[in-house]
Order: sequence, then structure tokens, then C-alpha cells
Amino acid sequence: QGKFTLLRDTRTDGSFLVHHFLSFYLRAGCKVCFVALLQSFSHYNIVAQKLGVSLTAAKERGQLVFFEGLKSCLDLLFGEEEEQSEQPSPLQFISESTSDLKALFDFVRMSLTPSGSDSWKGPMLLVDDLSVLLSLGTTPVAVLDFIHYCRVVVCSQLKGNIVVLVHSNEDSEDEENELVVNSLCHHSDLILWVEGLATGFCKDVHGEIKIIKRLSLELTGEQDHVQIYQYKIQDKNVTFFARGLSAAVL
Amino acid sequence: LVFTEEDKYGLYSNLLFKYFLAEGVLCGHDLFVASAKEHPDNILKELPAPLLDDTYRNGLGEEAAVKSEDFQDSMKIAWRYQNLPKMEASPTTSTKFGHYYDVSKTMSPELFESIKWHSFFLPEELSLQPQMKTCNMNSAYARLLQSIQRIIYQERFDGSDPQKKQKNILRIGIQSLGSMLWGDDICSSDTPEDTHSLTKFLYVLRGLLRKSLSACIITVPAHLIQNKAIMERVTNLSDTVVGLESFIGSERETNPLYKDYHGLVHVHQIPRLNSLICDVSDTKDLAFRLKRKLFTIERLHLPPDLSDTVSRASKQDLAESAKLLSSGCGAMAIGKKHLDF
Repeated sequence: QGKFTLLRDTRTDGSFLVHHFLSFYLRAGCKVCFVALLQSFSHYNIVAQKLGVSLTAAKERGQLVFFEGLKSCLDLLFGEEEEQSEQPSPLQFISESTSDLKALFDFVRMSLTPSGSDSWKGPMLLVDDLSVLLSLGTTPVAVLDFIHYCRVVVCSQLKGNIVVLVHSNEDSEDEENELVVNSLCHHSDLILWVEGLATGFCKDVHGEIKIIKRLSLELTGEQDHVQIYQYKIQDKNVTFFARGLSAAVL
Repeated sequence: LVFTEEDKYGLYSNLLFKYFLAEGVLCGHDLFVASAKEHPDNILKELPAPLLDDTYRNGLGEEAAVKSEDFQDSMKIAWRYQNLPKMEASPTTSTKFGHYYDVSKTMSPELFESIKWHSFFLPEELSLQPQMKTCNMNSAYARLLQSIQRIIYQERFDGSDPQKKQKNILRIGIQSLGSMLWGDDICSSDTPEDTHSLTKFLYVLRGLLRKSLSACIITVPAHLIQNKAIMERVTNLSDTVVGLESFIGSERETNPLYKDYHGLVHVHQIPRLNSLICDVSDTKDLAFRLKRKLFTIERLHLPPDLSDTVSRASKQDLAESAKLLSSGCGAMAIGKKHLDF
């Protein structure tokens, strides 16, 4: 409850974790607000079906609030004037000169605040992915503020969880992104860091995942607990194994 | 969204660009060509001619297959990477994807007659249209987006007209985006005025592509972009990223390792759409060569080392290529010899 999980990927694509968390929380019966900035709804729907969850059904029964960033952006730029004046678009920072994400935060807050008829267990916010916001013209401070506000509402007030995906690279020259990622790392309760293999591409081992439990945040004097596994992604599943023990090697 | 990093002199990326458009003509897709430096009419006049006579017949077959795939509103991408096996096998195999082209001839105008094509030539557009809502984006990009969106809407590529039986695909080609001709200074200065125009443009374009039956190739002079952060962001926003590195003018031209080839193809990213996994091939080392008639992309392999001496001419390059090659065992063995002092 009230946990902030950071998904971080380097040199590879960590979106399989996003799919996992999405279906995981939906199956657990939580109310999910999914801010999908990079892919369309049908993409997530198709993968979720392979994992055994139907996003359209979840949307219909009100369990899933799906914000499709690409579509919203198009509506903002090419939409008719009358539609826009009704409700401010969550992405209005793109067209306005302000770079704060207040509208997006309001959207999240409104979707996760429980209404009387809701019977879901705990709210949950999932963001894929945060690095895109920087590409669209916000400042790192605005992104961090947005996350902070979300944490206050979702984690503290509503006792829900947040899972956020960011991209990062070693020797990255994107300083703004590194700033956001480092700052979020410091504040996360759990970090799942997915990396491509340092030795290059391999068919049987798609990458390495580091699971860091930030026990040092709990002020009990313990160090962070780090576990490292390697993984291989298959069509409907991801298999994890200890380093060097992939099925191809054994 | 296929993002191609241009090679230094733009020769080969232009070729790839034309291939994409030529494929569209043969498959009966509609075309949208945008450029700031060359008039699209001229670009279209220079498309390579198809190689075999029966390719046109095959093209009709491809068209039917492609239409059924794209029934959902998802886009069609990753063409060049899928083309790879086709290039290696001989042209007579039964699994054909796409067509072969003869680079020395241009496409005859009759093939164009059946398709509809739209063009966007920046110097013309600047004088015509009034300003639109630019959203802090470079106005050239904004106009291009406006134009693309208009075509998608008018020609019903976005599935908004359920009556239309024949669904077709729009192939969009944008040449040399980000260069100074588009009014963007990311290629000329280290701290450009507006770092977000290109990325915003790509995001909106991605939205348009996802919403409609279209595929897009963009070529960008990546070697000129000083600010690497922009390239990283752009990579995240694209589905497929391919870089072309030609050997012209670089030290690799005289390297015996690469004597059969004209350049390397770096596949930086392949799409992972509608699935947890992506279509990963065995090797990631690809090189291209331009023969008189044919442009081929092949796996990079070393010719056998028949020299008397233990080491090859350039040790450093060899060590580098030994790192690159994942499937060439010959190179690995030779590379290790340097470690025996």
C-alpha cells in the first residue's frame, strides 16, 4: 500500500513490465488509471489479452481509466474549438506556454478519487512513460512536481500505488532526463531496473533485471536489498533465471 | 514510424527513401512525399524501376495480404528489417515480400497512374497557407502536420468512413527532417533555440500514424545534429530506427574488411508492437552495397584470411569488428591472436 515503484530501462525496452503490472493490478481488482503516452490502446489491449485480461471490459466496468496520450494530443491540435472548451485537455501544456502538468494531475486525481458506487480495492496509477513528457516541452521540475503531487494524492491520501516507467542510458547526454530519473530513484520504494546485456545482443537472454528494495528509506538502518536476474521474453510470458543459468546454457 | 539516420552525403539514405516510395507504388498504396530541398515531383521521377516482370503481379497479391492485416487501426511498420531475408535469398524463392528494384532505371510513368499521390514541398507551402495553431512548434513542421492530417482525414485513411470498402494504406516519406531547410537549427548549433520542435512533431506524427492506416519513413541527417539528447528522445519516439553509415571518405573505405561493401546498416531499434516480444533476427551486423543495378543489404561477414601474416592491416579496426560480429567466428579467432604477445 502506498508504494512508489520505478521501472527503469537502459539499452533495452522495459515495457513488458508495464504490461505485467497492468494485468496484475487489474486482476487484483484495483482501480487503475493508466496514462499511456507512447502507444495506442489497441497495442496494450492485444498484449493484455495474451496475458489473460481484457482492457475493453475493464474500461467498460469502470475499473480502468485509460488515458491515450497520442489521441489526446491529436484532439488538442486538430480538434474542433467547441470540444476543447468543455474540458481542458490533460495535455494542454503542449499548446500553452506554461509548462506545468497541472491539468494532467487534475485528470489523474479525478479518475482515482473514489465515487460512491466504486467497490474496487485501492487505486493505482501507471505511467508509460515519463521520459516522453520531457520530449514534449515540459521541464524536469514540472515532471517531478507532477509525480510529487500524484504521490501525495494516490499514495498518502488514497493509500494506492504508483508505477512509473522511465528510460535512461549510461553516458546519456540527455541531462534533463537523467535528472528526473535520478531524483525518482532516490524517492522510490522499489526500483526494477531492466538493462540490456553489456556484452551485446543475445537471442536467449534478452536482458538483466535488477530488483532494488529500498529498505534504506524505512529508517531501520538496513541497506537496500538488491537482487539480479536475467530474463527472456516469450510471447505470453517472461522467464526469469539466475545470472548465467539461462536454458540455453544449461 | 521508421526513422533513418542519413549517411554523411545522403546518397544511400536517399536510395532507401526512394525504395520505400517505389514499393508503395507497386503495392498500390497512396503516397505522400514531403521535402524541403527537392521538389517531390522530381523525387518521384527518380524512383527505381522494378526488376522482374512478374513483380507487378506479385504486388497485387501483397496488396491483398496487407489490407487484411491492417484491418485494425494499427499501423504498418518495420519494412526494411523484414526485407532482410528476402535480400539474401535468391530472387526465385517462393516467400517473397516486397519487390526488387533496378537502380539503373527509373520507374515508368504508367505505374504511377493507378495510385494517388500527394506532395508537400516546403518552399511552395510557405507562400500559400496562412498561419495555423503552432503550439510552440516550428512553423514548417506545423504545416507539414496540418497537411498530413488533412490528407488522412480527406482520404479517409483514419477509418472514419465505414462505407468505404477498399481500405488502402498511405505511405508517407519525409526527407531530411531536422535540417536547416526546415527552419530548424538543431543541425547547426549546439544549443538550439527550440529543442522540442522535432520531438513534438514526431509525437504528433506518431499519433496520426497510430490513428490511421499509414506508414512513414523519415530520413534525418543525424550526423549533423549536435545535441545528442535530441537523438535519444527521437529514438524513444520512433518504432524503428535504422542508421546508415557509408564508407565514403572515412578510413573504413580502404579497410580490407569492408572491401565488398559500401557501408554499414545499424539497426538501433525494432518495433515491439502488439506483442511482448519483437522479431529479433540472428545477427545485427548488416552491411549494404550498391552494385550497378542492385542495392543489397546483407549480413556482414569477413572474407577468409588468406594472407601470410598473422595480423591484418589495421589491428584496431579488427578488434572493433571482433566486438561487433556476433556470428562471425573467423573474426573472433583472429582477434584473439592479438592477445598472444
